[in-house]
Amino acid sequence: MTEQVAVRCAGLVRRFGPRVALDHLDLEVASGEVFVVVGPDGAGKSTLLRVLCGLSEPTEGDAWVLGKSVRREPEAVRERVGYVPQQVGLYGDLTAWENLRLYADLYRVPRAAFETRARSLLRELRLAGVEGRITAALSGGMRQKLALACALVHRPQVLLLDEPTAGVDPVSRRQFWRALYDLHRQGITLVLTTPYLDEAERASRVALLHRGRLVACDDPRGLRGSLPGCVLELVAQPRAHARSVLRARSDVRGVYVFGDRDRVWYTGPDVGTLRRFLEGEGVRVEILRPVPPSLEDVFVARLSEGA
Amino acid sequence: MHVPFAVRAVELTRRFGDVVAVDRVTFAIPRGEVWGVLGPNGAGKSTTVRMLCGILDPTEGRAEVLGLDVRRDREAIKQRIGYVSQRFGLWPDLTVRENLEFYARAYGLPGAEARRQVEGWLGRSELAEWAHQRVAALPAGFRQWLALGCAVLHRPAVLFLDEPTAGVDPLSRRRFWELIHHFAKEGTAVLVTTHAMDEAAHCDRLAFLYGGRIVAQGKPEEIRRTGADGAVLEIQTDRPAEALRVVEGHPAVRDAGLHGAAVHLVLRDPEAAESVVGFLRQQGIPVHSVAAVLPSLEDVFVHLVEALEGGA
Amino acid sequence: MSGRRLWGVVRKEVAQLRRDRRTLVTMLTLPVVQLVLYGYLTNEVLHQPTAVWDPVPSAESRALVAALENTRYFAVRYRARNLQELERLLDSGRARVGVVVPPDYGQRVRAGLPATVLVVVDASDATSARVLLQVAQGLGVRLSQDLQVRTLARRGQRPPPQPVEVRARAWYNPDLRSQVFIVPGVLGAVMQFVTTFLTLGTIVRERELGTFEQLVATPLRPVELMLGKLLPLVGLAYLNLTFILLVAWVWFGVTVKGSPVLLYILTFAFFFSSLGLGTLISTVSRTFLQAAQLAQLILLPSILLSGFLFPRESLPPFLQYVGLAIPLTYYVTVVRGIFIKGVGLEVLWPQVLALLALGIVVFGAAIVRFQKKLD
Repeated sequence: MTEQVAVRCAGLVRRFGPRVALDHLDLEVASGEVFVVVGPDGAGKSTLLRVLCGLSEPTEGDAWVLGKSVRREPEAVRERVGYVPQQVGLYGDLTAWENLRLYADLYRVPRAAFETRARSLLRELRLAGVEGRITAALSGGMRQKLALACALVHRPQVLLLDEPTAGVDPVSRRQFWRALYDLHRQGITLVLTTPYLDEAERASRVALLHRGRLVACDDPRGLRGSLPGCVLELVAQPRAHARSVLRARSDVRGVYVFGDRDRVWYTGPDVGTLRRFLEGEGVRVEILRPVPPSLEDVFVARLSEGA
Repeated sequence: MHVPFAVRAVELTRRFGDVVAVDRVTFAIPRGEVWGVLGPNGAGKSTTVRMLCGILDPTEGRAEVLGLDVRRDREAIKQRIGYVSQRFGLWPDLTVRENLEFYARAYGLPGAEARRQVEGWLGRSELAEWAHQRVAALPAGFRQWLALGCAVLHRPAVLFLDEPTAGVDPLSRRRFWELIHHFAKEGTAVLVTTHAMDEAAHCDRLAFLYGGRIVAQGKPEEIRRTGADGAVLEIQTDRPAEALRVVEGHPAVRDAGLHGAAVHLVLRDPEAAESVVGFLRQQGIPVHSVAAVLPSLEDVFVHLVEALEGGA
Repeated sequence: MSGRRLWGVVRKEVAQLRRDRRTLVTMLTLPVVQLVLYGYLTNEVLHQPTAVWDPVPSAESRALVAALENTRYFAVRYRARNLQELERLLDSGRARVGVVVPPDYGQRVRAGLPATVLVVVDASDATSARVLLQVAQGLGVRLSQDLQVRTLARRGQRPPPQPVEVRARAWYNPDLRSQVFIVPGVLGAVMQFVTTFLTLGTIVRERELGTFEQLVATPLRPVELMLGKLLPLVGLAYLNLTFILLVAWVWFGVTVKGSPVLLYILTFAFFFSSLGLGTLISTVSRTFLQAAQLAQLILLPSILLSGFLFPRESLPPFLQYVGLAIPLTYYVTVVRGIFIKGVGLEVLWPQVLALLALGIVVFGAAIVRFQKKLD
C-alpha cells in the first residue's frame, strides 16, 4: 500500500456511564484526505474527534494518529495534530496576535519561525490586519479563521475540526472552505465534522455516524450510488391523496414533504409505471421526474433501513 | 373582525445598547403559511421571534400577532401562540409525560382535554415509548419532538419555532417538517428560523435576515429567479477545489462557490459561459458537464450580502 | 516541563489581568479597605455609657466618679435623679453601667467607716461585662488601699507591707495598643482572602469560557498550566502585601519590628500553600459559583480557627487540630513573630516547614486531580 494512513480506529468504543457514544468504530483515513464525519447531535462526532486528539480515552479499542496510539502516547498525538473544538479556544480578551503567540508557545514553535509563520497564516486566511484587534470584537467568521490559524501554527500534519461551520453565514462558510482546500493542497489531512449534509459532498470521503455507529463510509459518489432505486420529485394534486396511495406501495420506500413538492424514494421498475399508477388513482400529476439523490436521501435511506 | 394576516411586523426594530439586533423589519405572514427566516447566527432571528412572542419589547416599529399588539396585548398573545425557543424550556428531571402535562396545565387546558392532547402527541410523535423517561436521558432528536409537543398542546393559531431542527437527524427532520406542514394545512401560521440553507426548501416563503435586516423575501423560487444578478453555471468536475481556484481570476466570473460536489459559477455575462468552460479545460481541469441552472439560495444569499457589504 | 510553554501561559495571564481592569482595581483596593475596617476591630471594652445616682454629692463621691472615668472603661453620660431613672436608663440600653452612691458615702468615708458602692453592669454580653466588673472591683480595692494608707498616715502610722505584689509588664506591646496585635493578624487574613479569590477562577474560568478544551488538546502539562497561572498571581499578591504594609504604617502607625525582607521571603511559603489550596478548589469545581462556595469552607475556618481573632489555645482540642490544616494558622504566627516580636527563622522555622509541607500536599493533589481529559 502506497498510501500512508493518517488516522485509524479499530473497535473503538467510548461509553459515558450507560450511554454508548462510540460503538465499535472501525475506520481509516488516508494521508491527505478531506474526511467529513456527518451526523446529528449526539451521534458521536465530537466524541470521535476528542478521542483522536487524546482528550477522551477510549473505553475499548484504540485509535492511531500518524501511527501513535491515543491510548499509550496521547502527548505524542497532541503534538502532531491541530484541533479546533466546536467552542473555539480563543481568549476573547487577548488580541488575535496574542492568541497566536500563546498557541505557538504551547507547541514550542521556534521563536525565529513564529513571526513569519504567523504572518503567512494570517495572509493565507485573509486575516491580515487583525493582529492587534481584541478577539472578542472580531466577527464570527474571522474568529473561526483565527482559531484555524491557532491550530495550524505548529504545522500539524493532521487537522481535526469539530463543526467548524455551524451557524456561520454562507459568505464566511465559502471562505472557510476555500481555506480548507488550500490546506488540503499543502498535503494536510483534514478530519472535520458537520451537521450539514451538503458540506459532506465536498469531502474525499464521508462517514455517516448515527448513535455512535458508522452507518456508511465511502466517497460521495459511491454513497449516492449505493442508494437502491431512485429519487423522484413529485408535484401532484390532491397532494395528501397522492402521498397516501404512494405510501401503500411496497416499492415506494419513503415520501417526504419538501415545501411545495414531495420527494419520493422509489425502487420499482420505471417512472412511467408509477405515473400511470398515480393517474389511475385519480391523481393529477404535474411533475414526476428523477432527481439526483442527495447525501441526505442516502442517510435517510440508511436510517429507515436500520429502523 | 377579520384579520387577514396572522403575523404582521412594520419597521420592527430592536436595539441592545449600540447594537441594532433587528433593523426596520417589515413582513406579514398569512394563516396557513410556513414562513422561514434564514440567516447566520447573530442575524437577529431569535430577537425577531422573541419580540413577536411578547417576551421582548421592540425599540421601534410595531408588530401584531392575530391582530393583537405585541406591546399592549402580550398576555393575550401568549395564550394564542406556541413557541419553541432555541434553549428549550424542558425540565431534565421530569419525565416526558410530566413535561407535556405541565405545559397543558400552564395553558389552562381542562383535565380531560389535557390528557387527550398529551396522549395524542405521545402517539403522533413516536414519543410514546419514552413517556416515562426523564428528559435528561432523552436523545437530542426526541427532545425537539417534546419541545414542539409542549408548544402545540393548546392548538395555537400561530407557531414560532426557533431553530427547531438543529441537531435532529435527517430522518426525524423530514418527519418534523411533515408535521409542520400538517399544522399549516389546518390553518396555523408557522414561523421557523433556521441557519441551514438546505432547509429553506421546506418553506412556503422565506426571508433572508442578515445583520438585523431582511435582505430578500419571497417564495424560494422567486428568490432564486430574481435574487442573483447574472447567470449561474453548474459544472461537474473531479477536481472542484482546483476548478474554483483556477476560475477565480477569470474576468467573466463574478462569484464561484461549491455546491455539494459541483461548482457554481455566477457569470457577469451569460454569453461568456463557453469561454469560461474552455478556459477551465485549457488549465487542465476535466469538465464532465455544464448546465445553466437557477442560482441556489446560497448563491443568492452570498450575492446579496456581498453587494450589501461592498456598498456599505 | 518546558520553560517555553510556561512562559506562554504567564504572558497570556498577564495580558488578561491587565485588560481586566475592574478585577485588578478590586483586588488591589479591597485588601486596604479590609485592613482599615478590621484594624478597628478591638477586643477592648472602653468608654461604656455609665449612669450615676449620687443623691448627696460630696468631695469623696466626686473623687469616686472621677476615678471610674479615669479607667477609660466608664464614660459617665447620665446623672440619674432617682433609682427609677437609673433603672430606666439601664433597661433601655442607653447606659450599660449603673453606679449607685449611697447618700452617706462622703460621711462614712470621712469617718473611716466602711462604705458600700453599688455597680450594676448590663451583662447581656458576658465577656465584656466580666471585664467591667473586674475593673470596678479592682478600682474598689485600690481606693480602699489609698484610703487606708491615708488614714494610717494621718494617725502617724506606716502602712503594713503588701504580702504579695504582682508586677505586670506588657512585653512587645508596652502601650497595650490592640492595633499592634490586630493589624499583623489582619494582614495575614487579608492575604488569605486575596490569594484564595485570585486562584478560584484559574481553572474553572477556562472551563466556563470553553477555552479549556483546546488548551488541554495542546501538549501543555498540568504543572506548566498551573505555575503559569500562579506566577502572575504571586506578583499581584506581593503587590498587595506591600500596599498593606504601607497602610499599616501610614494609617495605624504599626511598623515591622523585625526584618521586612524576611517577611517577604517567608510569605512565599504561605503563598505556595494558600494559592495551592485555591487552585485545588478551582480544579475540582465545575463552575465558578461552586468554587466560591467551596472557598467558604476554607475562609470561615481561617478566620475562626487560625488564631487571628481568638487565641487558638481557647479552642477545644478538636478545633485546634482542624486549625493545623489551615495555612493562615502558621502564617499568623509568622507575621506576628516578625512584626511584633522581631524574631527570625530561628524561631519560625516550624511554621515555615508546615507551610511548605501543606503546599506540597495541596499542589500535589491539584495536579493529580487535574487531568488533561474532558471526562
